[in-house]
Amino acid sequence: MSGVLFRRLLIWGLTAAVMILVPLLFKQSFALSMLSQMGIAIIFALSYNMLLGQTGMLSFGHAVYYGLGAFVCAHTLNAIGAGKLALPVMLLPLVGGVAGLAFGIVFGYVTTKRSGTPFAMISLGIAEMVAACALMFPGFFGGEGGIATNRQVGQAWHGLSFGPQIQVYYLIAGWCFLCMIVMFAFTQTPLGRMANAVRDNPERVKFVGYNATRVRYLVFCIASFFAGIAGGLGTINYEIVTAENVGVIASGNVLIMSFVGGVGHFFGPVIGAMLVSFLQSALSSYTQAWLLYFGLFFVVMILFAPGGIASLIMLHLPAARNGLLPRLIPSYLISGAALAVVLGGFITLVEMTYHLEMGEELGKSFKLFGLIVDVTAVTPWLVAAVVFVAGLGVFAATVKVVRRSWDGINVELQTRGAS
Amino acid sequence: MTTSLQNVALELKAVHKSFGRTPIINGVDLAIAQGERHAIIGPNGAGKSTLFNLISGRFHATSGQILLKGEDVTVLEPQDINRRGLSRSFQITNIFPRLSVYENLRCAVLWSLGYRYSFWHRVAKLETVRARAEEIMRKIGLEKRRDRAAGVLSYAEQRALEIGITIAGGADVILLDEPTAGMSHSETADAVALIRSVSEGKTLVMVEHDMGVVFGLADRISVLVYGKVLALGTPQEIRGNSAVQEAYLGTETA
Repeated sequence: MSGVLFRRLLIWGLTAAVMILVPLLFKQSFALSMLSQMGIAIIFALSYNMLLGQTGMLSFGHAVYYGLGAFVCAHTLNAIGAGKLALPVMLLPLVGGVAGLAFGIVFGYVTTKRSGTPFAMISLGIAEMVAACALMFPGFFGGEGGIATNRQVGQAWHGLSFGPQIQVYYLIAGWCFLCMIVMFAFTQTPLGRMANAVRDNPERVKFVGYNATRVRYLVFCIASFFAGIAGGLGTINYEIVTAENVGVIASGNVLIMSFVGGVGHFFGPVIGAMLVSFLQSALSSYTQAWLLYFGLFFVVMILFAPGGIASLIMLHLPAARNGLLPRLIPSYLISGAALAVVLGGFITLVEMTYHLEMGEELGKSFKLFGLIVDVTAVTPWLVAAVVFVAGLGVFAATVKVVRRSWDGINVELQTRGAS
Repeated sequence: MTTSLQNVALELKAVHKSFGRTPIINGVDLAIAQGERHAIIGPNGAGKSTLFNLISGRFHATSGQILLKGEDVTVLEPQDINRRGLSRSFQITNIFPRLSVYENLRCAVLWSLGYRYSFWHRVAKLETVRARAEEIMRKIGLEKRRDRAAGVLSYAEQRALEIGITIAGGADVILLDEPTAGMSHSETADAVALIRSVSEGKTLVMVEHDMGVVFGLADRISVLVYGKVLALGTPQEIRGNSAVQEAYLGTETA
């Protein structure tokens, strides 16, 4: 028991250390704003996973609570700026949380009346409804332009004006760390455990004294609270909130983050939030076709690793504990090299197609992997196609190599387990 | 005549249930005394499982009344009936497959120990919960499977867990729906011993097809045919009842 406690303290300590030290390593403003974005996304994705991973509620409208929390915070921040309200900016996310909770209490009551597919449909309906309201009530939502705000309001507290991005990062990091701990602690409470029971078998829950609908509703409210906190941090970070923030695309985004990271483990959405935030910032600055790659990545993950990255990590834990991981490295290297060739061919084809279609704006020739590619010539198409197809063949063969080394490790693990 | 029993744990008065225009339960009157072990037998489609679903609140009776320890529970929801001290198992194993054996039992004891929807207690720190869940785990003989996911247990182990979840909340009226269905001989013997021990001092109602189990465990037996109680009596009386022989037992013992 104390072993578990020690391990947990170690993990949380390391997490805190990484969050404190990482801005010292990546000092560029680009990196700092990405890290801030990650912190917000982590809270948001973890709150989403309270619904999906822990209670089995597939919501298509979780951004409603993030976005509404953000809008309330934008108005609150403007009120502070106008001198109508005295509240430290540091505590603004709490306002977002309370707003998220309040909307969760209202909309969640309707949404959680049903489970399964009807739940998903109602959540989508409410998301569409709120998105429609965003354009119908420009007073609150600011119409197309959204609500702009300024985080540098009130007295600077011990030099904290939240003007520089680094201060905003640490504010987000602090809230993120706090929220992670509280959300993890939630999983260890009676309600948190019953949420898992409802996910597994809502019918049976009723026959051990629990109202499954009530469990869903309470979890929904708590998840909305944390989504609102993320929304409040978003307001501080971006200083603008628009109708997009409550939209279905934003809701789909948090679903993708949680799924890619892995909904079956607490830390899964943390990884997913970081990775997806990174891909969105990094890929979008390299190519305009990034959404295509991103979508493909998501589909491949769902097909081959439905448990997300977290499940891939957990898969390797027994081998790592027994020191067998090095045996996998050669096969992974071979397979990874083949995959890189496949991707190289694929990306070339996609980019060429893209430039062929959008030639007017982008130009008919472009630079890729350090080479000038002319999409009007035949040779580049042939080369890319051959590389792609041949790469696929080689990759398929290397998958067998990986499987064989896994077979060896599984046998080894079994004999060790038996002895 | 049955209402003259002292200390009635469960009473059904003229209970009817129809699905659409199809009547399944056609006026069942039944009174089960506290501490009694009562078996309900009958051919397939007689309405045994439906009767359980009505008593436990999964379905609601079309007409009639169901009283639990004197209180009308006819229209209550399953969780409300469970909180009043009635717990049931299922014919088709109905557990929490991704939770461990221990967690399954812990979920089943939380409400009865008063922790309800708490999100301010740490479940690992709740000594009474741990003690109770572990006691049940010992009783059903699954200590060695403590941290296994319930979904990967053997069939007999899952059936034992099913009973464990049913009794964990400390209900004093226990309904078991075919607890030995699909079990081998030795597994059935273990299950009977388990049922005997967990129903000690409690009211037990069970639906069962295995006549060995029924005649070995039950104080009284009801025979349900076409949604009606055809006969009710001690095992000896039922064995000697010619109507029962004809309607049900005859076809099996012939």
